[in-house]
Amino acid sequence: MPEATLVGAVNMALARALEEDDRVIVLGEDIAVNGGVFRATDGLLERFGDERVLDTPLGEVAIAGISVGMAAQGLRPVAEIQFMGFIYSTIDQIVNHASRLRTRTRGRLTCPMVLRAPFGGGLHAPEHHSDSTEAMFAHIPGIRVVVPSSPSWAYGLLLAAIRDPDPVIFLEPARIYRTIKQEVADEGAALPLDVCFKPREGSDITLVTWGAMIKETLAAAEALGAEGVSAEVIDVATLKPLDMETILASVEKTGRCVIIHEAAYTAGFGAEIAARLAEKGLLSLLAPVERVTGYDTVMPLPRLEHRYMPSEARILAAARRALAFA
Amino acid sequence: MNGRICKAARALAGMTQADLAKAANLAKQTVADFERGARTPYPNNLAAIRRALESAGVVFIIGAGETPGVRWRGPGGGEVKPARASRQPGGGGTAATAASFEIHHSRFLDPSGRPVQPLPEFARDPAALIPLYRAMVLTRRFDAKAVALQRTGRLGTFASSLGQEAVGVGLASAMRPEDVLFPTYREAGAQLCRGVTLEELFIYWGGDERGGDFSGPRQDFPVCIPVAGQAPHAVGVAYAMKLRREPRAAVCVIGDGATSKGDFYEALNFAGAWRVPVVFVINNNQWAISLPRTAQTAAQTLAQKAIAAGIDGAQVDGDDVIAVRHAVDEALHKARAGGGPSVIEALTYRLSDHATADDASRYRDAETVSAHWRTDPIARLRAFLGNAGAWSKDDEEHLIGEIDARIDAAVQAYEATPAQPPQAMFDCLYAELPKALAEQRATASRESGGKGGEDA
Ligand SMILES: Cc1ncc(C[n+]2csc(CCOP(=O)(O)OP(=O)(O)O)c2C)c(N)n1
Ligand SMILES: [Mg+2]
Repeated sequence: MPEATLVGAVNMALARALEEDDRVIVLGEDIAVNGGVFRATDGLLERFGDERVLDTPLGEVAIAGISVGMAAQGLRPVAEIQFMGFIYSTIDQIVNHASRLRTRTRGRLTCPMVLRAPFGGGLHAPEHHSDSTEAMFAHIPGIRVVVPSSPSWAYGLLLAAIRDPDPVIFLEPARIYRTIKQEVADEGAALPLDVCFKPREGSDITLVTWGAMIKETLAAAEALGAEGVSAEVIDVATLKPLDMETILASVEKTGRCVIIHEAAYTAGFGAEIAARLAEKGLLSLLAPVERVTGYDTVMPLPRLEHRYMPSEARILAAARRALAFA
Repeated sequence: MNGRICKAARALAGMTQADLAKAANLAKQTVADFERGARTPYPNNLAAIRRALESAGVVFIIGAGETPGVRWRGPGGGEVKPARASRQPGGGGTAATAASFEIHHSRFLDPSGRPVQPLPEFARDPAALIPLYRAMVLTRRFDAKAVALQRTGRLGTFASSLGQEAVGVGLASAMRPEDVLFPTYREAGAQLCRGVTLEELFIYWGGDERGGDFSGPRQDFPVCIPVAGQAPHAVGVAYAMKLRREPRAAVCVIGDGATSKGDFYEALNFAGAWRVPVVFVINNNQWAISLPRTAQTAAQTLAQKAIAAGIDGAQVDGDDVIAVRHAVDEALHKARAGGGPSVIEALTYRLSDHATADDASRYRDAETVSAHWRTDPIARLRAFLGNAGAWSKDDEEHLIGEIDARIDAAVQAYEATPAQPPQAMFDCLYAELPKALAEQRATASRESGGKGGEDA
């Protein structure tokens, strides 16, 4: 089996999709000749030609809106927004059009498109290149929001997103694009888009996260393990629709839960999970739910960004508070 | 405006009531009644009358404390020609030309530095061009230093302006201190001319917000990284200037790729409709990361995008600092006099990678790039100054020594600047930090052991 990084797995999945389904079109800024600024689309132009792998002019609204049109015609557009910081102008197209084309036409027209974008901080990138605003998308009815946290999940989830009959926002954690290598079987197997993954089983506390924070979260779980605490780690993977059963079952077992995300605290997606725990899991909880998140500030420029990102130490502190609660 | 002012303005423009009615898309009776004092038109019709007269070259004097009146600016200055109706040659007599336009290209120095036409007033004395030359050399040496620092991990991602120095220096040198600049991330040259310091530039590109708190041009906007986002801001700033009857203007620089964005088209359209004092300078370096200008748009020129918005558009040789300076001078003059917006497309070439994170060899070959060194704006002005006996080898050596010493001092100051403490994230978020955020701020500060000031 070939080894791949997360960005390499994205590339493999895109190639696979283009190979198996000639309705698939890959488009975006600098994605063809240049192979994408992160090389996620490297080599696709050479393999699949310039009718299916399109370098677009500069214009995110058009990239999203044209994808809606292509999708309505039965094509399977997979559009790249170069960084999440430049995705905001597409929200009009997503909220007003992509997400409700099916509803508005009672299923006569549909929108099987994927909008991919790298996101998150920690790359020492310029302004506007480090935001984590996944919760904004999770708020939109009618779409799916998917965040892979490992190469093999990226491969399987992206294939599922492309094959899905509805719009999917696929957010790729840029900070771990190249930090993990895994064997990824390029066999075209998709993963389900409505289940959380459990990269680590445990019985004393549940740590819930997604995207790049999986790194610090797993490290914290490891550190807790060394202290004799058995931590279970849940990677949400698909924020919308949310598989709450897996999270509830885990908390039923552990009674304690820490939610970790890089995005700002207020109305972060952790709030949704915490609210559902309050609704459906209150009686299983032995301690208040803890959240470890970015601050409610503008994402700082590189010299301070490591102060913004939740650290392993902050996760550990929250876990200890939850464990100590009696 | 009242009826008598309207009549006076119409006389200045040499228009009949019928002409004015037609230009404003109104009935002749509306104009006639207005001028007689019989009836004031609806506000939207009044605005149409005013726009029609302004387009014909009238300037309305309505400043605070001024007696209302009209002045004649004239239709000249490269105005878009009014749409001319004419028979299609040899046609069946049914199709008529509804509009036509031309885009002019101008240059004063050819690539070898020889004048191709009489130089504009400001450039008659070669000595007067030396500040422009110095500014271009400063830009290039700053740029080289920034790239070198990035390569050794001492600066963040940086976007070089190598080969494009004449655009930034030309446009900024035409501005007055009270004008407002809207730079992209590739306009260190313009920013330096505006009085942003070398140290501030290093601090910003080193990843610290304090580099955006310019000590010099307090009203200039920070660099805009979301492409074309600054274009509407410039129109808003220009509107404020117009509202206050100030003889100032906004100058918005954007790239060739940025002209594909809706933000740009919308800003242009508003600028035209409201006739605000804004100058858009398109820094056309032929590339938007890996996308060449030819794939960016099917339009023959980028300047012509102005025409659709009812704005003057012209092209200049962006490697000829005299041409850039002159075109922006004229556009600013027009804007300050109430003549409205302009678009200037400056043709240049990006000799560097898109930014330090980019590898341009993936999408363009070295030969194409090296051929463009022939149009280097710095060599061009140096040749001209040398031929005019205004610049010597000694002068050059002197200049380099002086500039490099300034740059080294700025680098030292930058590297001696400690990072902000973590709670600084909260300190410019609102005018006053809401109580609800106090706990988060305390957490951020505690997480660093209360110290801060150190980098990762
Ligand atoms: C809205 C937006 N989309 C995408 C990007 C990523 N990006 C940065 S620069 C650039 C190309 C811009 O080209 P151009 O306007 O010609 O300016 P240049 O970089 O050549 O100066 C792109 C696509 C961005 N910064 N903003
Ligand atoms: Mg460009």
